[in-house]
Amino acid sequence: MNRREAKWVKPVLITIALSYLGLLILVPAANVFYQAFKDGVGPFFNNLTQHDFLNAVWLTVLIAAIVVPVNAIFGLCTAWAIARNKNFPGRTLLLSIIDLPFAISPVVAGLMIVLLYGRNGWFGPWLESADIKIIFALPGMILATAFVTLPFVAREVIPVLEEIGLDQEEAARTLGAKDWQIFWRVTLPSIRWGLLYGLILTNARAMGEFGAVSVVSGNIVGKTQTLPLFVEEAYKQYQTPAAFSAAVLLAFLAVVTLVLKEILERKTRIKDVEE
Amino acid sequence: MAVSSTPGLTRAGKNPLSQLFNLSWPWRIMFGYLSIMLFLPMAALFLKASTVGPAEFWRIATTPVALSAYEVTFTTALIASLINGLFGVLIAWVLVRYDFPLKRLVDAVIDLPFALPTSVAGLTLATVYSDNGWIGSLLAPLGIKVAFTRLGVGVAMLFISLPFVVRTLQPVLQEMEKEVEEAAWSLGASHAQTFWKVILPPLIPPILTGVALGFSRAVGEYGSIVIISSSIPFKDLIASVLVFQKLEQFDYAGATVIGTVLLLISLIMLLAINILQAWGRRYE
Repeated sequence: MNRREAKWVKPVLITIALSYLGLLILVPAANVFYQAFKDGVGPFFNNLTQHDFLNAVWLTVLIAAIVVPVNAIFGLCTAWAIARNKNFPGRTLLLSIIDLPFAISPVVAGLMIVLLYGRNGWFGPWLESADIKIIFALPGMILATAFVTLPFVAREVIPVLEEIGLDQEEAARTLGAKDWQIFWRVTLPSIRWGLLYGLILTNARAMGEFGAVSVVSGNIVGKTQTLPLFVEEAYKQYQTPAAFSAAVLLAFLAVVTLVLKEILERKTRIKDVEE
Repeated sequence: MAVSSTPGLTRAGKNPLSQLFNLSWPWRIMFGYLSIMLFLPMAALFLKASTVGPAEFWRIATTPVALSAYEVTFTTALIASLINGLFGVLIAWVLVRYDFPLKRLVDAVIDLPFALPTSVAGLTLATVYSDNGWIGSLLAPLGIKVAFTRLGVGVAMLFISLPFVVRTLQPVLQEMEKEVEEAAWSLGASHAQTFWKVILPPLIPPILTGVALGFSRAVGEYGSIVIISSSIPFKDLIASVLVFQKLEQFDYAGATVIGTVLLLISLIMLLAINILQAWGRRYE
């Protein structure tokens, strides 16, 4: 490679980089698995079958199952609108607006939702008279999760849509295909990996979101407690083993997410080479 | 050519108002969803903040507890993102330029802070860096306490802002042509000269972008910090936790004011990041 570089440079730089990653990421990550299984799998499965825990799992899955498709539809519409219209006033601004939820602190996001739907919020009196509960209940948690995961799909699909261009869609249109036929038969198949990547990221964040959900949920055990909230609550109550049993499930989700991400990246990379 | 096949805009007339009513479905869904999910909540925050009144706003925003919380948040986030700027450059360099066993795995691990839920990160960092944890027990004899101190806030911020510099720098490093370096050497430049004058300048925009992204993320972080810190005012209480505490005490005005300050700073950071990215594109 680089003949003029001193021999010691490479091993020293690699050692420093790996030590830093070890201290900050690898050791803490290994710790999650060690703590969860240090007394064997018995206590782990025992913790897993607790009622509050199962409730938290169910709620986490339910919220993701609602938020991911809704944000996918929004993300596809947005990606289409932005990628297929190159010159409209405020396009750059719109791109920044879509990224806003990443820049806003999750607690502030939760606060906004409380200010809208809480008892003293804009819609508070109206919601109360209609007997609809949003804050400290499932709808608020869904809103908060949808807020923090809003940009993912659009961000991943926009570059793919821009890259594939219009040729195929136009060919389909000339041949008499309807808009929705073009979408299902032409556009969707060519953006599928980008879309899937966006969905995976949305799902990981939706299942793992803590701050925003924590603000709006009230963290009522067995009722409005998701897995990430369960982890914090158990830790605060000095039930560290239970906290780690839940944490290892979420860590497992994170590992699966990373593996899928790696596979998808390799897939798109191979495609690039073929072209 | 592109315009003729975009039903979104061309069906509408030239008048912007008539355009607004003639938008196609994707546009309507996008604007509708953004309005409900983003504009309405932000309007609620700003309007609530404006009802507080400027004098009262200023008073709440500058109470000693709030000032100390900003200081803890922003100073720690700045230090953390600068440290990650340094190590991020090193890690990106090592990953792009060298080959070593398990390199792909190391590369994948960088993204773990994006994928791992923040409460899990907080839980495991608090355990590993506590006085009897794997790393904390090595630091305790030296008198260094990490968990439940400001140092713990720093470690959590280091963790969550680590991927940004690596990920913004990696593609730029990959595309950099070796010929330029070789040309510099063959013209007699020393190693140090080549690094400072040839390699580094085009890397500065992505490094700064990564640092800014990491800083912005660290400032907004809540989940891991609320677990690893003791959240004691004037010690290791950060701004996000202060907002949460005020909400818990049903102090909506207080929460709104501090939340607005945080939001405004996030917006300024977003603008700065956009400018940095535009600057980086000059080198392409």
